[in-house]
Amino acid sequence: MEYILNFINNSQQIIYIVILMIFLGIEVIGRVPSVLHTPLMSGANAIHGVVIIGAIIVMGKAADTNYIAIGLGFLAVVLGTLNVVGGFVVTDRMLEMFKKKK
Amino acid sequence: MELNILTICYLIGSITFILGLKMLSNPATARKGNLIAAAGMAVAIAGTIFLYKDEHGVGLHKHNYKFIFGGLAIGTLIGFLAAKKVKMTAMPEMVSLFNGMGGACAGLISLIEFGRISNELGSGKSFHGTLLIIFLGLIIGSVSFAGSMIAWGKLNGKVKDFSFPGQQILNTIMLFIMVCIAGYLILNITHANSYLFYVILAGALFYGIMFVFPIGGADMPVVISLLNSFTGVAAACGGFLYNNKVMLTGGILVGAAGTLLTILMCKAMNRSLLNVLIGSFGGNKAGASQQSAGGGTYKEISISDSAMVMAYANRVAIVPGYGLAVAQAQHICHELEKLLDEKGVEVIYAIHPVAGRMPGHMNVLLAEADVSYDKLLEMEDANDLFKTTDVVLILGANDVVNPAAKNDPASPIYGMPILEVELAKNVIVNKRSMKPGYAGIENALFFQPKTSMLFGDAKGVLQQLVSEIKSL
Repeated sequence: MEYILNFINNSQQIIYIVILMIFLGIEVIGRVPSVLHTPLMSGANAIHGVVIIGAIIVMGKAADTNYIAIGLGFLAVVLGTLNVVGGFVVTDRMLEMFKKKK
Repeated sequence: MELNILTICYLIGSITFILGLKMLSNPATARKGNLIAAAGMAVAIAGTIFLYKDEHGVGLHKHNYKFIFGGLAIGTLIGFLAAKKVKMTAMPEMVSLFNGMGGACAGLISLIEFGRISNELGSGKSFHGTLLIIFLGLIIGSVSFAGSMIAWGKLNGKVKDFSFPGQQILNTIMLFIMVCIAGYLILNITHANSYLFYVILAGALFYGIMFVFPIGGADMPVVISLLNSFTGVAAACGGFLYNNKVMLTGGILVGAAGTLLTILMCKAMNRSLLNVLIGSFGGNKAGASQQSAGGGTYKEISISDSAMVMAYANRVAIVPGYGLAVAQAQHICHELEKLLDEKGVEVIYAIHPVAGRMPGHMNVLLAEADVSYDKLLEMEDANDLFKTTDVVLILGANDVVNPAAKNDPASPIYGMPILEVELAKNVIVNKRSMKPGYAGIENALFFQPKTSMLFGDAKGVLQQLVSEIKSL
């Protein structure tokens, strides 16, 4: 019990961020028209590619003899980059088509 | 000092993500919003590479820079090319694929961090909190990865629906067991039982597959959106792990927004999320609705007759569906519309919110062919106009015009709002064959007296229609 209380106390900043972000995430896209559902999903998909930063950190921390960590970290960087770059480019292509008319 | 600059980089990242999402939900600013979020991401990534220091002030090892830049280069090249080359019709698959990559990335981070921790076991440190986050990231990331791959395969047509009785119960039990093992490991981890970590990894991958397998193709957009928000949460776990605020904000933001978006998509189909996940579309329930439509007779119409009724109509409503997208017939469709317009026929497009494989699919597709935006009517507006419409031309749409959604409580799509095309004077349905649509259910509309079938590939049929109308 003491451990849990300590944990909450030590990470209160993070817990506040999580709570605020949940409400913000809901609020921010609250009135999206159904036409934009797909591009919005795709854009959100690109944003969670921020996981790439974690991949860069683990990759960078790997000792030079730890081949497993290097191999997996490298793979994680590649996949994370795919998510970010592919996600943003696909979203842009979708939205490009919306722009032409009018 | 360097660390402070990194903090500012992350702050910029977080703000652009929030702004980007906000702008993405408005048609006028959407494109700019996407670019702003992308720029913020670039700042955050560059900041991490050059300025990152952990709590002991140790930066990233220099000898690993070649791998980081190598990985970034390879990922950028493949991601850019794949996203540029993909056809409009395959866009949904692509989103699912990229989502899976993100999930896999989160899973791998957990894998490596666990490896690091298991080296430090027995040193007297307690790892409860870290382990909890690692397991969360591992399970959510792996489920998202495996699920996205299955969703990708399904939209591709490579993976078929598959379900068996009791599957939901089995899935629930599996999830429960995984959580129990994870809980046990968090409290009592030793060298001897750390192999259980890999059991959880395998279980999570298997769960992801079983989770998506029974869900029917027509519900795939909802599932992808849900998995999208899963990956967001998995990314946020990484943020916990490294006390990294930009990962935390970005991940949780997408997790929350993605969940809401999933619910909005379900609402567009007038169904609940639970119903989508458990309903196994087209599975066990489809049998009940077969009898309502089967056994009827339908009539065919020739190209020249179709051309005739359309050329002399006052108003023609085109209902596009996935068939149009598959045939890549959007340009020829626009040509037909212009031709009819010159002849003084009013042409409108009636867009069902979930026509195609994803909400908004048809808008994107028709916009590509330069169809004017004000000709695309949303469902409610179109339904008001059908009464005074002479000809409805349905191009490869099926479930979104199925009257069973209104009048057959046994039908799996019962309750979904549809385009009420049967109010129009004539209905011409272009399909490749009499086979039922994506949801696997019969459509009584095809057997109604005012409906005529025009079989063939949408592109070919439209080309013939255009040349026929020109020669009238």
